[in-house]
Amino acid sequence: MEKLDNIIEALRHDLAEAVEAVDRPYGDAVLTVSRTRVHDVLSGLKTRGFDLLLDIAGVDGLHLGGRERFEVVYILYSLRDDLRARVKVFVPEGDMTLPTATDLWQSANWAEREAYDMFGFNFEGHPNLVRILCHREFVGHALRKDYPMMKGQWATGTSDLRPDIERE
Amino acid sequence: MGVSEKGIPLTKHETGLITTRIEEVIRWGRKYSLWPLPFGTACCAIEFMAVASSVFDISRFGAELVRFSPRQSDLMIVAGTINYKLGPVLRRIYDQICEPKYVVSMGACACSGGFYDNYATIQGIDQIVPVDVFIPGCPPRPDAILSALLKLQETIDREPQMGPRRPITEHGKTR
Amino acid sequence: MNTTTHGKRMEENRIDNPKPGFEDPSPGVDLDIADETALEDLGTEPMFINIGPTHPATHGTFRVFCKLDGERIEKAAVEIGYLHRGFEKIVETKHYTQVIPYTDRLNYCSGLVNNVGYCKAVERMLGVTITPRTEIIRVIICEIQRIMDHMICVCANLVDIGALTNFWYFFNAREKLNDLLEALTGARLTYSYTRIGGLAWDLPKGFEENVKTVMKEVPKAIKDVEGLIKKNRIFIDRTRDVGVMGADDAVSFGFTGPCLRASGVNHDLRKKKPYYHYDEFEFDVPVGERGDVYDRIFVRMEEMKQSYRIVEQALKILPGGPINIDDKNIMLPDKDRVHSSMEELINHFKLIIEGIKPPAGEIYDAIEAPNGELGFYIISDGSGKPYRIKCRPPCFYLMNGLKKLIEGHMVADIVAILAGLNIIAGELDR
Repeated sequence: MEKLDNIIEALRHDLAEAVEAVDRPYGDAVLTVSRTRVHDVLSGLKTRGFDLLLDIAGVDGLHLGGRERFEVVYILYSLRDDLRARVKVFVPEGDMTLPTATDLWQSANWAEREAYDMFGFNFEGHPNLVRILCHREFVGHALRKDYPMMKGQWATGTSDLRPDIERE
Repeated sequence: MGVSEKGIPLTKHETGLITTRIEEVIRWGRKYSLWPLPFGTACCAIEFMAVASSVFDISRFGAELVRFSPRQSDLMIVAGTINYKLGPVLRRIYDQICEPKYVVSMGACACSGGFYDNYATIQGIDQIVPVDVFIPGCPPRPDAILSALLKLQETIDREPQMGPRRPITEHGKTR
Repeated sequence: MNTTTHGKRMEENRIDNPKPGFEDPSPGVDLDIADETALEDLGTEPMFINIGPTHPATHGTFRVFCKLDGERIEKAAVEIGYLHRGFEKIVETKHYTQVIPYTDRLNYCSGLVNNVGYCKAVERMLGVTITPRTEIIRVIICEIQRIMDHMICVCANLVDIGALTNFWYFFNAREKLNDLLEALTGARLTYSYTRIGGLAWDLPKGFEENVKTVMKEVPKAIKDVEGLIKKNRIFIDRTRDVGVMGADDAVSFGFTGPCLRASGVNHDLRKKKPYYHYDEFEFDVPVGERGDVYDRIFVRMEEMKQSYRIVEQALKILPGGPINIDDKNIMLPDKDRVHSSMEELINHFKLIIEGIKPPAGEIYDAIEAPNGELGFYIISDGSGKPYRIKCRPPCFYLMNGLKKLIEGHMVADIVAILAGLNIIAGELDR
């Protein structure tokens, strides 16, 4: 526990107002970060030992009443110190761009594609930001709270992957 | 000589030959050597593997040779959930199988979408391909799959074997 | 042409320096391979080939689109999503207990582990500690499922390489283990046995003795299969140095589980963040050296042996006592009390109609599933239905690394590499 606190303190010291809040629900550590400084915080955490990006979760907080409608949560793990941390970013509905984390961890590649597919986040700098789980002719973003659950969309064929090969 | 136990008309001559109708021979061949194409996507595919294993043994009923190519098989067993992304692929594979072809829809997800009643799952593959036997269950027991195979063999017993089973459909169209 | 890995293997296998025991009986045969530079000025163009999404059914549906130079893959693109069933959307409309069957179908080869992982996360959110007997029962069933999952993975991997006999050996042993779990839960593949706060029902009579008897089949099957493949020249040629992933790359790609351990990183949640008395059991964690397909297969075989040890120890310390916690806001009351007492009737009614209500907040909890770290990130808004459940599937990140693993290899190696990663489409696409 102290190790994690030390790391967070060192990070806040280096990056001033980037880390807006630190919560401790159920013993985990959650850092709330502003959208413009996300990349700095993530690379700061990576240099301090958080070398495993476990997951990137998108959340549609329409009924939760948070600061903005959407959230992106990065779940990180440090192999050498055995610590877990989460970094949460609030994203407004009007402007859903975020910097990509693929230059830090390669697991962010597909995790960001899934967040784009399900919610519509636009990760700038991602090599190949196309749909991954739904088919390419799908219109809309499925996990948003205002997407009707029963609305299926037929596909007319499989997609051509030639552009993907060159891009990635 | 009259009629065998199964109702196939036989005549035995003194030379030791049995004569019967060609339709009966074709029916006998098609019934007892159905070559399955397991279109397995999800959990039901594991149950199909268990049917093919030595404990439940599908080869007792002639359907041992699973061929993963549509050109070499005649029974397509759709085992698992089919979603909208996979729909065109299923139709294309079905079209590539040569006549006569049979389709068995295995499991709740293939029959009606299962309990995934949402934006991603096709609510029953009979919206895309014509189905002969539906097997309920999530996943169905291997015994249920064998029972469905026997039911399919009974269906083949009743159908005329000369000529196409269904009107030839337009290829490549799903919706 | 890229001849690094393949050329090296061919060098090692040249007939004129054979390994001891594999000498060619007729040494007069000269198998000199043609000079590869002779073909350099032959005009070629790349060919695009599509593999999947229907694909010998053992592994589910995904598509690999390759750009080939001869038989060698220059670039590849992997497409998934052919089993996307909208798990995360549909569980937002179900109660917490109703989500349990949906979690079964994530990694359907080891359904109980998903159940345990989900219930563990919700129990942590509720702040309850389950009874000692339930903890040990959950350990036993998780380890039995680990053995079953590894059996399917290894035997499917070997079938794809061409060794069909091992499929029957492992499948027979798996069927016997499955009979045990069928006697326990009533279902063959999708068990849904755990409940939040405990289990659905207690162990049947004679379960412990049956487990001891059936578990003896496991080392026998492992020995049979190992005897067939360990010193087998063809197997070694097809799996050694194929699909190598170094330790740093594996961590960067988010690998966890046997694939990460095969690359040389000693990370196991049962040892690092022990839960359910795992720190009291004696077991080792096998770690590979090179990170190739051979290592992945043998890490799984070793893990099966270690799981066998854990089950033996767990059966010895299995305590008696209740299996469900005594909390009327979480557990359903006994059925005979429901029909006779008003208070229990109302309690039952409220729990079924409104569901269990964890406090508002969010949590991330993970379990060491046979494939890696299976995590659940759950956000609750205080009502009986979860606001958001994000499942962290181990296969998703393994598949992410597939592109790097197959580039540079030949088409026939795709099959060996893909099977070694143990991709379960239900978990990959959710």
